[in-house]
Amino acid sequence: MFDNFVVPDFLPAAPEIFLAVMAMSILMIDLLVKDSRRTVTFALSILTLLGCAVIQLMTSSGEIIYTFSNMFVDDLMSDLLKLFLYMTVIVVLFYSRGYINDRPEMNKGEYYVLTLFATLGMMVMISANHFVSLYIGLELLSLSLYVMVAMNRDSVTSTEAAMKYFVLGALASGLLLYGMSMIYGATGSLEITAIAERLYGGGVNNTVLVFGLVFLVAGLAFKLGVVPFHMWIPDVYHGAPTSVTLLISTAPKLAAFAIVMRLLVNGLITMSADWQNMLIILSVLSMAIGNLAAIAQTNLKRMLAYSAISHMGFMLLGIVTGVVSGDARYALNAYSSAMFYVIAYVLMSLGTFGMILLMARAGFEADNIDDFKGLNKRSPWFAAIMMMLMFSMAGVPFFIGFFAKFSVLQAVVAAGYTWLALVAVLFSLIGAFYYLRVVKVMYFDAPEDETPIMAGTDMRWLISANGLAVAFLGLFPQVIMSLCAYALLRSL
Amino acid sequence: MSTYPLLSFAIWIPIFAGLAVLAVGSDRNAPLARMLALFGAVAGFLVTIPLWTGFDVANGGMQFVEMKTWIPRFNINYHLGVDGISMLFVILNAFITIIVIAAGWEVIKEKVAQYNAAFLIMSGLMNGIFTSLDGVLFYVFFEASLIPMYLIIGVWGGPNRVYAAFKFFLYTLFGSLLFLLALLYLFINSGGSFSILDWHKLPIELAPQIWLFLAFLIAFAVKVPMWPVHTWLPDAHVEAPTGGSIVLAAIALKLGAYGFLRFSLPIAPDASHELSGLVIALSLIAVVYIGFVALVQADMKKLVAYSSIAHMGFVTLGFFMFSALAIEGALVQMISHGFISGAMFFCIGVMYDRLHSRQIADYGGVVNTMPKFAALFMLFSMANAGLPATSGFVGEFMVILAAVKFNFWIAFAAATSLILGAAYSLWMYKRVVFGEIANSHVAELTDINKREFAILGVLAFCTLWMGLYPQPFTEVMHASVNELLNHVNISKIQ
Repeated sequence: MFDNFVVPDFLPAAPEIFLAVMAMSILMIDLLVKDSRRTVTFALSILTLLGCAVIQLMTSSGEIIYTFSNMFVDDLMSDLLKLFLYMTVIVVLFYSRGYINDRPEMNKGEYYVLTLFATLGMMVMISANHFVSLYIGLELLSLSLYVMVAMNRDSVTSTEAAMKYFVLGALASGLLLYGMSMIYGATGSLEITAIAERLYGGGVNNTVLVFGLVFLVAGLAFKLGVVPFHMWIPDVYHGAPTSVTLLISTAPKLAAFAIVMRLLVNGLITMSADWQNMLIILSVLSMAIGNLAAIAQTNLKRMLAYSAISHMGFMLLGIVTGVVSGDARYALNAYSSAMFYVIAYVLMSLGTFGMILLMARAGFEADNIDDFKGLNKRSPWFAAIMMMLMFSMAGVPFFIGFFAKFSVLQAVVAAGYTWLALVAVLFSLIGAFYYLRVVKVMYFDAPEDETPIMAGTDMRWLISANGLAVAFLGLFPQVIMSLCAYALLRSL
Repeated sequence: MSTYPLLSFAIWIPIFAGLAVLAVGSDRNAPLARMLALFGAVAGFLVTIPLWTGFDVANGGMQFVEMKTWIPRFNINYHLGVDGISMLFVILNAFITIIVIAAGWEVIKEKVAQYNAAFLIMSGLMNGIFTSLDGVLFYVFFEASLIPMYLIIGVWGGPNRVYAAFKFFLYTLFGSLLFLLALLYLFINSGGSFSILDWHKLPIELAPQIWLFLAFLIAFAVKVPMWPVHTWLPDAHVEAPTGGSIVLAAIALKLGAYGFLRFSLPIAPDASHELSGLVIALSLIAVVYIGFVALVQADMKKLVAYSSIAHMGFVTLGFFMFSALAIEGALVQMISHGFISGAMFFCIGVMYDRLHSRQIADYGGVVNTMPKFAALFMLFSMANAGLPATSGFVGEFMVILAAVKFNFWIAFAAATSLILGAAYSLWMYKRVVFGEIANSHVAELTDINKREFAILGVLAFCTLWMGLYPQPFTEVMHASVNELLNHVNISKIQ
């Protein structure tokens, strides 16, 4: 019965296995921990993620290794994305700690365990080479997040956000699965690399394939949160507890980028002409709707939600311009610029939501733009950090956001889509307005609330480091840029 | 030639001084912040002096060049250098920074450290713009300099400061984003180089040249500002604090004009010739029409702001007649305008600090209570009108002279500015300074103190020096302007 059973190579998946074991152990250990001693759970979670990073670094070979019957792939792109993922989640946990300590209903061990399971889901997504493993990772992430959004049980907005997220998320998963089944029907395989080979060989029913592709792109667009599949983003960002918004707005973007790369570039590159045109429409619409709608917001979380939509639209430009009429010369340049964009965005988004958490205290969410009024009077240092983050988001140098936009734009111009670059810069001009408004509120207006900022020391140091990183990486973006380019060169 | 990286010093000393001021000077320790800022500004000025003394006037190329790899992924270099066109602006900028710090000495009482730091950082960034020889480096400085100015207008400005700050930022950002696309286009088409000097030699067909030229034009015309995209300037000037107005008029406006010389003319020479008529027409509209607009202003700052636009019209007019005399005249006009407009805004600031009004109607008979001030203000109003023996005359005269050779009617239209300039400057001066003491507030005015006298005295010296003996200023320009004309007069179409 076990004649055909081959023991898979576990080593490439060692971080995932370690994280899964640790997450389940923490779930058990937490039963013995009192609410007042939640620091134990917190410390264990951080150590687990650090352990993952160490294992990742130790097991990384730089080669493309398939395992578990080609369902799982370990390459440099996944290594790099996962390392950023661990870093992001560690920062998220540090930022969240003060916030959930002030809110007893959220200060549960499940908060940490669910975060770890969501991380595991993202890791599986990043390394997926098979529709099934990809879907499992995605659902593990989504289900963990649905629960976390609803964790603040007494809040009507949180519950509503969780419902919306769940219903629309399930719909999107359905779309994705439907698209996958069509592609399976056309190619006879669920394995991404095998699909690519089958398509390369030709003789595949194109109608079924394109039909499937449309659903696949729609599903991906939902997960990325680009127009017209963006409806959930503002409500979920707004309704979720800020610490959960912080998680949703950062780490999953890395995973979403990875599955876009896996599905569209690794799997369906021969159909690039079809999906690129779809992505152009999604991208332009996202930049338009995201930037225009953000102007009207008074809630900072909601504004940042629309800004996230526009940023994801901008990032897609890098994916769109990889292959120009069958010529893949620019592919590496374009995809690595998109990857750099995602990483830069995650760093900035960490900082901005971190600032909201810094300002928040028990019974006060600090999520309205007006809550930042006169911050320069209350704390010039944190006002400066927030200002740097806002200018970085707007794409003003010397901050990392500028080089993120710069690298994507140069890919767009290099591919000959000058009109697309023009559209992108015009919408960034509109986008600059609402970021400037936050700076205006902090610097030009008088404070209404003189309460001192009560965040802990670790939070203060970490958010300062985060803000300075945005400035420092804006001065020296080379390292991350070339890391992205190198990782993709060895992975594509 | 010096072995020290003088240009890096000129950029980073003010910036680090600004950061130091932020670090040590809280609001409780304002005197320390002021002293440190002044020290930083003076140090920043001193390191620029060797640029002039060590300048090789026979060399039309780049001097004091610094070159380091910055972002090899896109072949972006930290590439600095000055030629006869940019060198004087670096020094002017460092000089004006001292003036600005001194101008805010007793006046700014709130957030002193942040105020001084913003100006120092701004000064360093603007030196970066004048010295960058790499397209991205230029762009990065160009756009980053918007941030301190946005804060200066918004935090320390007048009642309508929020509107003015947003208008300033978004207007200039609009221009610079198109400029960024032009840079990327050049990067792709030059085979992956961001070096401005490489782009000067890059052959480009006429159609793309025209697109590039238009992108540059929008970016720089907003910054200059040229009619019809000038409307942000009066708002920004009126709302900005005195120091902000001085920097804006004396240096920030020069950035756009400098961009024409560094980018538009040498990179798109054929398009420049093709479209010179358009730029000349816009410049003449600025000179004549904006001159009339200045005449009817009731607010002194607005009047000087409009006169700046008219004077900058002279500058762009000079550039697009493609002769050495015209371009040098325009450059002289730029530097002279730096001194004069800075002094004019400072004079208005002096009065505003005492009376808290900029309306001409609120003044009258100031000479009776402030005689020393009235004398110096007289000099600058005359210089603003282009009186011979002041620097204002030299540049305008050179441009008009070149215009006569180019086309009589253009010269005729440009020369009306001498009349208009005299009209609006002197009429304002008459209404504000002469006559009977208009009201009890004017009667209580105190004359300028030593600090104010020193600032105006230094500016008066510069204005007269440049008016009587412009030779040291023009001699450094010759070789570089000829080099520039070589690029402009050779077609790039192959």
